[in-house]
Formats: sequence, structure tokens, C-alpha cells
Amino acid sequence: MSDEEQDIVLAELSDEELTLQMHDDLYDGLKEEIEEGVNILLGRGWQPYDVLTKALVEGMRVVGIDFRDGILFVPEVLLAANAMKGGMAILKPLLAATGAPRMGRMVIGTVKGDIHDIGKNLVTMMMEGAGFEVHDLGINNPVENYLEALAEQETDILGMSALLTTTMPYMKVVIDTMIEQGIRDEYVVMVGGAPLNEEFAKAIGADAYCRDAAVAVETATDFMTRKHNQMSA
Amino acid sequence: MANQPSGVPVDDTTLTEQGLNAPAAPAAGRVLLLACGALAREVLALKAANGWDHMDLTCLPANLHLYPEKITNAVEAAVHKHRASYDDIYVLYADCGTGGLLKAKCAELGVEMLQGPHCYSFFEGNANFAAHDDEITAFYLTDFLVRQFDAFVWKPMGLDRHPELLSMYFGNYTKLVYQAQIEDPTLKIQAEACAERLGLAFEYRFTGYGDLKDALASKAASDRAG
Repeated sequence: MSDEEQDIVLAELSDEELTLQMHDDLYDGLKEEIEEGVNILLGRGWQPYDVLTKALVEGMRVVGIDFRDGILFVPEVLLAANAMKGGMAILKPLLAATGAPRMGRMVIGTVKGDIHDIGKNLVTMMMEGAGFEVHDLGINNPVENYLEALAEQETDILGMSALLTTTMPYMKVVIDTMIEQGIRDEYVVMVGGAPLNEEFAKAIGADAYCRDAAVAVETATDFMTRKHNQMSA
Repeated sequence: MANQPSGVPVDDTTLTEQGLNAPAAPAAGRVLLLACGALAREVLALKAANGWDHMDLTCLPANLHLYPEKITNAVEAAVHKHRASYDDIYVLYADCGTGGLLKAKCAELGVEMLQGPHCYSFFEGNANFAAHDDEITAFYLTDFLVRQFDAFVWKPMGLDRHPELLSMYFGNYTKLVYQAQIEDPTLKIQAEACAERLGLAFEYRFTGYGDLKDALASKAASDRAG
């Protein structure tokens, strides 16, 4: 960061300048600056939902694009995510209290035998940023965990993640169990993780393969839009 | 890509970043082992120990593993490149995070490849490794990965610049298992230091060459029979 940039006082920026600066700060993974920016915008009377979408989600969208294009790599994305997490921690309680739009509910977890959660955590955060309520089951989930969580509350989407070639077949176990229990068609099943691909997702009977968090949000949003259109038709 | 030395140990950094060239003029009837650079030393050692002189070795850069989605295309290109010069090509990769795509491509190309999900598995023996239900929180290093820990783990994960990311990467792990292919006290000390840097417990496990040795021995036997 240059000396000129270090001299920026966030509180002195206009709303538009501050929003753009927060996009830059997210890109650079500056958590404290993001937390400060969120508090400044809230102090100026911004709705929490507007802070989330215009400052944080838009900033992460740029991070996602540059990750996909090979300009940013995993460490930079994690730093950006960590910064966004700081902002989300402030906004989350306020979002519920102010009646922010709710897109749908998702249950997500890493499958049995797998402890990798970086991608899943990114998806969780981006889905929450897009207005989804997410029940994150964490890592190493047997099929029972998924089914219990789906049954707990009305849920629209099941997300499963795996990093290992050896654990990704377990996704089929979950889907097959859902078929056996006659509940498969009640949910949209999205899968993701480094060794997965479109062919695998189709072969196991998932509805969508999501190669990154941004695609997961796009896919989930698209499914929910179609669902709402079908219900209102 | 580095030229192949005759019995001289290969530089690990070169194997990571560039790989290893096949000999310039292969003789007729020879077999090409198309391997990951992370296996070069082990394959050369097995060749020398067993007198498998009819097998040549070429390696793709080991750091392809940082982008597993690139492995299948790289292997395919190498098979096409060398096909005219060799009677047979044996791909010394396991699935290596390709999600079955490499296996499908090798079948399409009509070349054999190693069995198993990755080198951690075949060095220990695929059957033995698969039986480790209690090791989902283990992080594995081989001899090569201990020597190239910074190039493969520390730097690509950004831990040299952002050590605060350590818990995001390794928070769910509990131990580092060093799968040793050769008995080397220096490497063992290095591996223990890697575990300490990652904040993990350390376990030493001598594997030798595992299924890699058996696979090459079977190949050599079938070559002799054929």
C-alpha cells in the first residue's frame, strides 16, 4: 500500500468514495478497515442490507471474478473473506432485526471422512451475503446429519463439499438416501470441491456443480427465482 | 525442462518447476515412464536397483499438483509428444485430484496409469491407506514434499506472507504423518520441523516405495514376457 493510501481517513470520504474504498480494502484483505467502513456507513443511516450488498458483496464479487481469472489466488481470497467476515459479524444481527430480504434456506456441510472446509466456508459466507439463511453443519458429516438438518426447518437447498477424490463419492450416498426416503425432489442439491466436475455431479444425481462460491450464489439464486416464478404462475 | 542425468540425483527445484526431459534418442522397443516430478528420485532409484534399463523416465513439473485441473491436459500432451518414439508409455500418476478425469483420459489414450487416489496412498500401499479410517485429520508428506515443503505448502498457501491464515488451512488437522521412502535422519528432522511450523503433532512412518515398486515390477515382468 502506498503512503498516499495510508493517509486515507475513511470517515472523511463521501458515501460513494467510501464504498469504492471498501471494495479496495476487501480486495486487499483489510479486516479492520472493513469493520470501520461498515460502522461508518451504519452511522450515516445506511440500512444494513445496503451496506452488505453495496459495500461487501459487490467487493467480494470483484474478488471472485479475479480469482476465477487467475489474477488472485487462494491466500488473497481467504484474506478478503476474513475481512468480509469481520463486516458480516457486525451486520448479521442487524440484518435479522431490520427485515432484510430472505432468498431461501440452505443446509451445507463437508461430507463424511473429509475435514476440508475452506471452500464450504466461502460458499456459506457468500450465500449469507446474498440473503440466504445457511445452516452450516461443518466437516465430516454422515448422511444422518444432512437429513436431520433438512427436516429441522423448511429448506430449499442442500450443499455438499469435498476436497478429496476418496470422499467425494459419499455425496452419492447422501443423494441415494434422499431418493430412498422419497425426499430428493424437495430440494435443490448443489455440490462443489476441487476434484469435482460437471460429469461427476450429473453422475451422482446432483442438480448442479458449483466450481466456486460465486457460481454457487448464482446457481442458488437462479433456482430460487425459478421456484418463486413456478409458485406464482 | 531439465535434461536427464545418468544416475545423478536430480535437483528438486527443477523437478518442481520444470520436470525432467526424456533421453534425446530412445532405442526401439523402450518403455517411457511418464511421471510426476515428485516421483523422479524414487523411480530412478527403483530403475537402478532393479536393472530396468529398458525404461526411460520423463517427468512433468511436480507443481502441477498446485493446479490439479491442469494435470490431465499436461499428461495427454506429453503422451502425444512421446508416442511416436516409444512402444509403450506408462503414466506414473495416481488420480491426483483430477476427479477421475485422468483415468478416463488414459483409458482413451490406451495407456496404463498407477492405481490409487494419490502418492500418499500408493507409497503406503493403497489397501493399507484405505484402511486408515482414523486418519482423516492427518496431513501427509513424502520425502519429496519434505524437501520441497516451502515450494509446495508454505509459499503457495501464502503462509510466508500471511501466517495468520494457518488456522484457516490447518485448523481441522491434528497430525503430520511423514511417509518416508528412504531412511534419512536429516529428512526426518526436517519433517518434524514442518509439523512444528504447522502446529501439528508429528508421526514418522516408513513406507518404502510401496505400490509404486510393485506396479513397476509388474510392468517390467510383463515387458519381459511380452
